[in-house]
Amino acid sequence: MAKTKLVVDPITRIEGHLRIEAQSENGKISQAWASATQFRGIELVLQGRDPRDAWAFTQRICGVCTTVHAIASVRAVEDALNIRIPPNANTIRNLVHGMQYIQDHVIHFYHLHALDWVDVVSALSADPAKAAAIGKSISPWPNNDEAHLRAVQLRVKKFVGSGQLGIFAGGYWGHPAYKLPPEVNLLAVSHYLEALDWQRDVIRLHAIFGGKNPHPNFLVGGMASAINLSQATTFNAERIADINGMIKRAREFVEQVYWPDLVAIAGFYKDWGAIGGGVPNFLACGEFPESDVRDLKSLYFPRGIILNKDLSHVVEYDQKKVKEYIHSSWYDYGKGAEEGLHPYEGETTPHYTGPKAPWTGYLQDEKKYSWMKSPRYEDKSMQVGPLARMLVAYASGHKDAKELIGEALKKLNVGPEVLFSTLGRTAARGVETVLLARKMEGWMGDLTGRIKNGDTATFTKDKWEPSSWPKKAEGYGYLDAPRGALGHWVQIEDEKIARYQAVVPSTWNASPRDARGQPGAYEAALADNHPLVDPEKPLEILRTIHSFDPCLACGVHVLDAEGNELSSVEVNT
Amino acid sequence: MISPSAYPWAEGETLGQHLDERGIPRRDFLEYCGKMAVILGIGSAAAPRVAKALESVKRPSVVWLQLQECTGCVESVLRTENPSIGDLLLDVISLDYNHTLMAGAGKAVEKAKTDAMAANKGKYLLVVSGSIPTKENDIYTMIGGKTARMQLEEAAEGCAAIIALGACAHWGGVQGARPNPTGAVGVRDIIKNKPILVVAGCPPIGDTVTATVVHFLTFGALPEMDREGRPLFAYGERIHDQCQRRAHFDAGQFVETFDDKGAREGWCLYQVGCKGPATFSPCPIFKWNTRTSWPIEAGHPCIGCTEPYFWDTMTPFYGRLPDVAGFGIEKRVDTIGASLAIGAAAGVAAHATMTVLHQMKRRKATRQVPEATEDEGANNG
Repeated sequence: MAKTKLVVDPITRIEGHLRIEAQSENGKISQAWASATQFRGIELVLQGRDPRDAWAFTQRICGVCTTVHAIASVRAVEDALNIRIPPNANTIRNLVHGMQYIQDHVIHFYHLHALDWVDVVSALSADPAKAAAIGKSISPWPNNDEAHLRAVQLRVKKFVGSGQLGIFAGGYWGHPAYKLPPEVNLLAVSHYLEALDWQRDVIRLHAIFGGKNPHPNFLVGGMASAINLSQATTFNAERIADINGMIKRAREFVEQVYWPDLVAIAGFYKDWGAIGGGVPNFLACGEFPESDVRDLKSLYFPRGIILNKDLSHVVEYDQKKVKEYIHSSWYDYGKGAEEGLHPYEGETTPHYTGPKAPWTGYLQDEKKYSWMKSPRYEDKSMQVGPLARMLVAYASGHKDAKELIGEALKKLNVGPEVLFSTLGRTAARGVETVLLARKMEGWMGDLTGRIKNGDTATFTKDKWEPSSWPKKAEGYGYLDAPRGALGHWVQIEDEKIARYQAVVPSTWNASPRDARGQPGAYEAALADNHPLVDPEKPLEILRTIHSFDPCLACGVHVLDAEGNELSSVEVNT
Repeated sequence: MISPSAYPWAEGETLGQHLDERGIPRRDFLEYCGKMAVILGIGSAAAPRVAKALESVKRPSVVWLQLQECTGCVESVLRTENPSIGDLLLDVISLDYNHTLMAGAGKAVEKAKTDAMAANKGKYLLVVSGSIPTKENDIYTMIGGKTARMQLEEAAEGCAAIIALGACAHWGGVQGARPNPTGAVGVRDIIKNKPILVVAGCPPIGDTVTATVVHFLTFGALPEMDREGRPLFAYGERIHDQCQRRAHFDAGQFVETFDDKGAREGWCLYQVGCKGPATFSPCPIFKWNTRTSWPIEAGHPCIGCTEPYFWDTMTPFYGRLPDVAGFGIEKRVDTIGASLAIGAAAGVAAHATMTVLHQMKRRKATRQVPEATEDEGANNG
């Protein structure tokens, strides 16, 4: 069979704008290219501004992973100014970020990823009684009963019958890669709908501590939500009770719906444990400090690197070894396009050299094809995200992670080698969601315990006034976000931001080829034992791309260290 | 919102028939319509009119474009509060195109979009989140091989009206802040011949979008708007005038620094930078996330995110609005808001200045229902 070139643009059910191109032969993908097709330039906007404002700007890098850039930013500024935040503020940030993980991962599984595995139309022919029996066998969830599932099925039937398919129009229903029995499809559709209601409830925790979601408020030096048990308008017992309820409902849904669904669905797609592995190196910068963010030993998700899938050894991570390349990216570097630069030396001069709009051909024929740069660690491609974190945790002997991963592997009757795959990435996301859903109650206990002992401090005011800052300072804020390792680097001069740089999860994963020709994680995964039955219906591509949970707005950033105007761009015709 | 229901929308069915089949008592429906009428600022007496309109509609097509943005506006709409009738509201819409939720990808969804636009020509509602980058031949945002501008112009051509959702679609948003590297602009800078309503904020409260859509379905037109194109039912009040901490402002009780005595007593945040006196937004009234809280209630000053160019006019966020002697007098607060805009005029502008001054004046302006928002919005002059 001849080589087929194909384009999938836009990739949907992600954040941002992503184009995938590929070549397929005999039902397999031989090569793939990932193009980020949006550029915003937010870091340039930051220059000359008050560093205490930076969190609000960087937070708007992404509204799906809301909170993550804000926390990384306040950590970077606090690192630069040597601010130690009160323990309560650290715990509140863990609670906010923890609920972000839980809510975001569940939304990803049901609303962004599930339709790659779940055939909504097939659910119409399910037997609700049988579906209920399956549901009851995997979970005590009360809505896995026949009446409820029958009602869901009737609703979907009428919806399809109306002819107005809305968001379900253009789906690849009936594709041979769908393997679930109708009854399991029905259960998943039912939980898709339930998750929509659930997510709205549990994320209210952000409104309590940050005033709203998306984009809750943060504060350099701590958190703005003051604690006073004798005040009706501050954080008090009424708020504590509300949060306890959310944490309980979050855990119930994760343990009784998400996790059992994930394991059950994985059982029908075990072959995907040998598909889409790709880059064999994994990087986790670590997250959820129990005490100070500088105390790396206190991180609940440990820091480290796995090389060549070797789980017997965790390599130490050092941010100084990160470099970004622009070999395939629409930028220029002063030293030439083949050099790598550390974020502290980062340059971004956009220089678009692609075809004129509208694009009618293939970007894969061009040397440069993306707004994404190519970050490399000691010149190696890396995967970041839930799988990287859980592999590092597993290899580091993390008790909770080892137990849960072991339990899942045993249920599926497979070995740890299946983790290096599309299925592994999706499963690891579920594992860490369960760990965090169980962890939240403890953090809430830490907070209330300190309040009980009279410690209600949420903010350190020592370095609030710019007059107390050194003339020059620089800092690094790390954060392992739901989508993977994130770093913010800030340099402050004369009370203003002189330079700001972020290297984010989707830059690692969605990066294009570097000067050595090494593909990024998406590209490598799509070319690793990867099926594609029908190039007109690229369902398999969506499975692997969605297993990374792409966030393209995060990935594309620009910094001009000198605050220069962006260079003029000539568009090739 | 889309909670499981045995009674989904069937083809050709009206909302009235649908409610009957669903077993929703007429009384509950009318009560709901009454609440919605109050939110919309048309008074509960208009409830029967809302009910009549909602009963007779079929699911209209909504096409939602996401251009240069962060997806925060989609996430905000996902948080919309929904009582039992709320799921019907989303059933009322046929969301025919939306990147974040569509099942298909690539050609399949682009076709779904063009099919929906052709089938509902002149009738569909276009929702736009995200800005339009205009520098370097618009190359900074490409979707399906087309520029954001091409996508917008194509979708706008056959639509009935446009909802510009969020700060980016409103005026350019965060990427449009100084020095605006990509030349990001809002929808009204590109589309001049369609009614455009702005749901302002970064992001806006999801409920504002729901209510706007109900208004559109009920009255066949966009709600009445201020000069910025923002619906008055949501943006007609200044935060400072509705703030739960206002009594402390009047009493001269201020938070001096975060987590001080005043902060723990819930005092006014003016001195730590609150932009409430210069910001028109429903935050204190609708609140956020199922009416759980809102920024000032949670102890952080308002950053003014519903106002155009706020990333430049409202920063530094922790800087006080320009000082005037004494506090607690309404007139002086008005002066504060106006001076802010004038003080920040460098670079951005006359536009923002005029807006704030206009808003100060428009407090008791006669309301009129616009047929279309043109350009800068000629309403409420």
